[in-house]
Amino acid sequence: MAILESATAAAAAKPLSDNVVTHAEVGPIDNATGYRTFTAGDFHFRRDEYFARITWPAGGSHVAPIDAFLRALMRDVAWGFFYGTVNFDDVVGTVNHYGEVTLFAGTYNDAYRDAGRDFSQRFPSEVLGPLFKEMITDWTNAGYDPFAAPMETGVPWGAKNGSNLEAVNRVRVAARRMVGLPGDTPVRTDDNGFPVNRMFADVDQRQPLVEAEPGFEGEVSAYNLFGYLSRSDVTWNPSVCSVVGESLFCPTSEEFSLPVDHGNDRCEWFITLSDEIVWDIRDKVTGRPRAKLVAKAGDVSCMPADIRHKGYADKRAMLLVWENASNRIPEMIAAGEAPNVSVTW
Amino acid sequence: MGQYQTRFGSMADYAKGGVAIINDDPKNYVFSNVFEVAEKSAPWERVAVAKNFEYVIEAARAEGTSPWYACAHDEFVLVMDGQVEVHLLKPATPLVDAGQQGAVELADMPDGAKMGRLVLERGHQGLLPAGSAYRLHADNVSCVLIQTIAGPVTVQKWADICQS
Ligand SMILES: [Fe+2]
Repeated sequence: MAILESATAAAAAKPLSDNVVTHAEVGPIDNATGYRTFTAGDFHFRRDEYFARITWPAGGSHVAPIDAFLRALMRDVAWGFFYGTVNFDDVVGTVNHYGEVTLFAGTYNDAYRDAGRDFSQRFPSEVLGPLFKEMITDWTNAGYDPFAAPMETGVPWGAKNGSNLEAVNRVRVAARRMVGLPGDTPVRTDDNGFPVNRMFADVDQRQPLVEAEPGFEGEVSAYNLFGYLSRSDVTWNPSVCSVVGESLFCPTSEEFSLPVDHGNDRCEWFITLSDEIVWDIRDKVTGRPRAKLVAKAGDVSCMPADIRHKGYADKRAMLLVWENASNRIPEMIAAGEAPNVSVTW
Repeated sequence: MGQYQTRFGSMADYAKGGVAIINDDPKNYVFSNVFEVAEKSAPWERVAVAKNFEYVIEAARAEGTSPWYACAHDEFVLVMDGQVEVHLLKPATPLVDAGQQGAVELADMPDGAKMGRLVLERGHQGLLPAGSAYRLHADNVSCVLIQTIAGPVTVQKWADICQS
């Protein structure tokens, strides 16, 4: 995934850790439901008409509503396990080690951990990634798009009923320098398949005036970012729009709720560009509530590196997510050199 | 226009949210509002509203004509309110060292070739290309964000702008 290309490429060159598990298996089709089962190490995944059911050794089991599970799984797959911890819910999730990934149950839930009921295994990303990709492909039915807002797609329920390959195979958008530059990510238009979203019908679609002198056409460039975001067909999916070194502007459009509780391994910043987003902030390790944010247009906030966050938006909102993609940061965290909050005063 | 109204902020009309603490320090969220920052800043003061190691996002009150700036790396300007004109120039000789981080303010308009002009309105993002010099202009008070690296023109006044 492009957002993490440099970190993942650097990690891929390293030898695997001693404790990694490389066993992953796609199981047979269940006669009753029509869905396949999946095995990653000692974790087993099964879906039925309403739920994903996950089990692990010593009697561990977890049931997740399939709509929430598929929305979370879709992000984890598309983001290549993203930065840090992706909590599907209060029990199950992944931690990205950039080249390797931990799949866990109860590890970031203090009740499970205190009771010694947590379980986790570490996999090469190239083992767990493709398995998760097969899972989202098999478990997503025709007409259901796990990236879409719930009001804008079909339902995930029921026995196996076709597929939605177009939705689950979406190519992630990652500009190399800036959207709209020659050879870079193109602007969105009706003609290239990105109509304006129903909740952004009032957003001005005019493009800026750009006057380049001969020879400077490739560098004198601008585009309508708000128009671009108003045409996004996905929710809660940060996509790179402009790049200064490792500084990535990853704006996204948000409707309903963030399908994961994101516990980043570095600071991440939010600038609300339109409307209002409410954030629930909980401790990254224990899951205990720490704060609630109401963010309106123009509001800026830092998400510290020791929390997890989940956002909610009723009216579809535009959010600028700002990441520092430096692959030095995980090492600095390990060495205790990276602060939880990137600004102190 | 449909039934939904998209709420963008402006310096004349913004509503600020905030942090409600359950068990934490509000300072950890470095919470500010770009329109409020621009409202309370001098024209073209480039105030950091977000920082992650060397990288920053600056908010500025765009009013009248800015100084000329030069920068060794790309920067991007996003208009949050109003209308801002960008003039770009390719200096005859490099004005800043290749490793210089952040924008550098120039005393005067440098010698060089005209690269072009952008007229940006709310929501428009423009490239300030590496190695160029640029000047911004706003007829009416406007607000911009600049994606860049902390440098000599970056103002850090967190205690003045953030919820504590
Ligand atoms: Fe996040």
